[in-house]
Amino acid sequence: MNRSLINQLIDIAGKDHVLYSPEDLAVYSYDGTFAESLPEVIVLPATTEQVSQLVKLAATARLPIVPRGMGSGLAAGSVPFQGGMVISLTRMNRILEIDTENATVQAEAGVVTADLQAAVEKMGLFYPPDPSSIRHSTIGGNIACNAGGPRCLKYGVTGDYVLGLTVVLSDGRVLNTGGKPIKDVTGYDLKSLFTGSEGTLGLITGALLRLIAKPHYARTALAEFASLADASRTVNAILLNGILPAALELMDQTALVCIEEALHLGLNTDVEASLIIETDGADDATVLREIEVAAQICRETGAQSVKLARDESERASLWKARRSMSPSLARKAPNKLGEDITVPRSAIPEVIQRLRAISTRHGLPVVIFGHAGDGNLHPNILFDKRQPEQWQKAEQMVAEIFEAALAVGGTLSGEHGVGTLKRPFLKQALGAVSMDVQQQIKQALDPLNILNPGKIFSS
Amino acid sequence: MKQTLTGLEIPAESEYLNCIRCGLCLSVCPTYREYLNETASPRGRVALARKGFEGQLELSPNLIEQMYSCLACMACSEICPVGIQPAELALALRNIQEQQQPARWKKTLFERLIPHPWRMEAATLPLRLYQKLGIRRLVYALRLTRLLPCQLRDLEAMLPRLPQRPLRPTLPVLSLARGEVKHRVGFFLGCAQSLLFAEESAAALRVLSRNGCEVITPRDVVCCGMPAHSYGRLDLVREQARHNVRLFKKAGVDEIITDCATCGSTLKKYGEYLKEDPEWAEQAEQFSQNVRDISEFLAEITLEKPKGSIHKRVTYHDPCHLRRAQQVWKQPRELLRMIDGLEFVELPESDWCCGSAGSQLITHYETSIQVLERKMDNLETTQAQVIASGCPGCQMQLNTGIQRRGLDVRVVHPITLLDEAYEASDE
Repeated sequence: MNRSLINQLIDIAGKDHVLYSPEDLAVYSYDGTFAESLPEVIVLPATTEQVSQLVKLAATARLPIVPRGMGSGLAAGSVPFQGGMVISLTRMNRILEIDTENATVQAEAGVVTADLQAAVEKMGLFYPPDPSSIRHSTIGGNIACNAGGPRCLKYGVTGDYVLGLTVVLSDGRVLNTGGKPIKDVTGYDLKSLFTGSEGTLGLITGALLRLIAKPHYARTALAEFASLADASRTVNAILLNGILPAALELMDQTALVCIEEALHLGLNTDVEASLIIETDGADDATVLREIEVAAQICRETGAQSVKLARDESERASLWKARRSMSPSLARKAPNKLGEDITVPRSAIPEVIQRLRAISTRHGLPVVIFGHAGDGNLHPNILFDKRQPEQWQKAEQMVAEIFEAALAVGGTLSGEHGVGTLKRPFLKQALGAVSMDVQQQIKQALDPLNILNPGKIFSS
Repeated sequence: MKQTLTGLEIPAESEYLNCIRCGLCLSVCPTYREYLNETASPRGRVALARKGFEGQLELSPNLIEQMYSCLACMACSEICPVGIQPAELALALRNIQEQQQPARWKKTLFERLIPHPWRMEAATLPLRLYQKLGIRRLVYALRLTRLLPCQLRDLEAMLPRLPQRPLRPTLPVLSLARGEVKHRVGFFLGCAQSLLFAEESAAALRVLSRNGCEVITPRDVVCCGMPAHSYGRLDLVREQARHNVRLFKKAGVDEIITDCATCGSTLKKYGEYLKEDPEWAEQAEQFSQNVRDISEFLAEITLEKPKGSIHKRVTYHDPCHLRRAQQVWKQPRELLRMIDGLEFVELPESDWCCGSAGSQLITHYETSIQVLERKMDNLETTQAQVIASGCPGCQMQLNTGIQRRGLDVRVVHPITLLDEAYEASDE
């Protein structure tokens, strides 16, 4: 990167916030996947105005921009494959306003999601989206990927809470869209366009988020099944009974073994699968009755044991287990490829069967866990990337996993996004017309193709 | 580059290979949470270490500096579901650098000064005179500290009220039990405790004696080795370990007690440090098994209930070297709760590093102060009059933070409070 450009970046963001040593480049070359590619420079701006100036400069220099929060993405969406400038928004981490009367929060993009939740909960309010990376991902990143999480079953995904956005466009202009009114059909719904756009249409620097009243009671149960098929059938049995749990999570045996090795919680690892079920609400009696009904259904569908968490610490440790699940798999192999397929609920048992067949056929383990309640599963292939034949197999298996999902009427990604890892399969999932419309949108908003180029669509 | 590492002691591939870069460690890393920058994160340090070992990056001064910016608080190691220990890798890299190019000043400091107790006692004499001759009181009376640059002012504030003489030369080798002898134990008197916090260790011995312990305190102990370890001289740690293991073996005691969190955490790892040494592996491991932090030991034996009371609002800061390195965190709280009148209040984020990490206030002043400010914010919410913590490094750092803010909070070892409650009942 030439010195004069660096100096201009320093003029904008300050000397301490422009990084370009070999060590800095190395640690901004990856996200939560195995993908890796070096940027040319990293800038950590402090204001929307600085971001705007950076984008203007990049547009003039035709420098690719890769926006980044805490880099926990699972689709290589923030890996700078074409070099260029990483804009890390982590320093923009202020919560600007909590409006208790209208139940909204205005925050900068770099606020850690768990910190935002804690801040609003102090005021008796609740921000439901809870990706497993809740402590190591930012609001900006969550919106850019439309993050999900266990509670989405009942409360919906990140996008359902976005009321307004501040976005720096590819020419450096600052777009403010949306506002505190809940209903708003004045023009196109631009906030929804930018939600889930993975940094390809603009850089989200701030958000106005909708909050709800905090549900004061929650009850959590762990149901253990000798058969994975029984566990997967139970999901629908519970939902068809008129109960909408806050979360309904599935973990297969390998997942249980890994998490037990990591956290020593005393989970039963002799079973083929476990479900974590949580009900919540404003009234303890209802919440308790619902969890008991769910527990009864589990027993009828073949659970060999159902345990209710007795107190907050037991409940917290179940959720800690669930949230540490994905990384804990790395105990078994140096690399993992975590997929994110989502299928219609009724197809869960079938797709699980297909996933197991894929694993057997190729001889690499596929661990299955996920948000079974909304059909969102995370099959994780465990492999060693240094062994070329294992890497080849893993790639082939990914293709087959996507085929399986599409065959039962599902889709590629529920909450991780496309990034580059799912890009080759996008056309198959979307169809030619949808692909075309989406690329026209990209062309209109980023004619120079400098915003996270190569993500979602190849450039 | 890869070739230059052959013949050196480097971590096994399994120590870093399976890091999948999930980023969970970022959430608990004090340096990341201050700088919000990947280079100052555990995930970043693991990536840099791996690239260094695999020859993709040179072990440049900047790369090594990232390892020195780590506070080694081990919060990352604790949270990692894969079992990677980023803090240990950072220490390993410091060690590799010393194997490649030993720094001369480290030889002077860690080889010629620190392992020699009497030299340390002589070297710290000016600090004692500074207090003993009343110069410190004068400096404060005339508010001369205002004239110092901030870092020096903060370092001055670290100093506890120093004992007139170091404890080591005056402490009897054999302290008798009060009443019937129920336990025969060894006491490892750490350098900082002897030189700076002699009163605390004297109090610790009184508490042990009151509870039926006959205590042997070998006078020839040398530094536990933590300072040398922090600066990459694992070879010196091993030498010091052999010396101390031999010494306590000769003393023939069942358990070895220390009132310094840092010493305890190091002594408990002697077995690991010497596991490749056939002559020492077994006895070092045995030694480590026998080491107890004082609060850990006191929680294991039957304790006399202190009859005196302390009417203060007290909170507790978890030293990293105690909570994470030794999993000792319940015990000191239980001991404090034994004291009548004492109102115990939990410190928010009590196990978040205070920023001391031994010498960070000297070597990484700004980071150290920023991490400390977070601790002080939390301390202020408790409105405590006393903050207890069983680590000399933490205590000095907390003193600095309290002076910077002009708070009226006493920093103390938890055992000192226990001792005061006992002593009060005798009066």
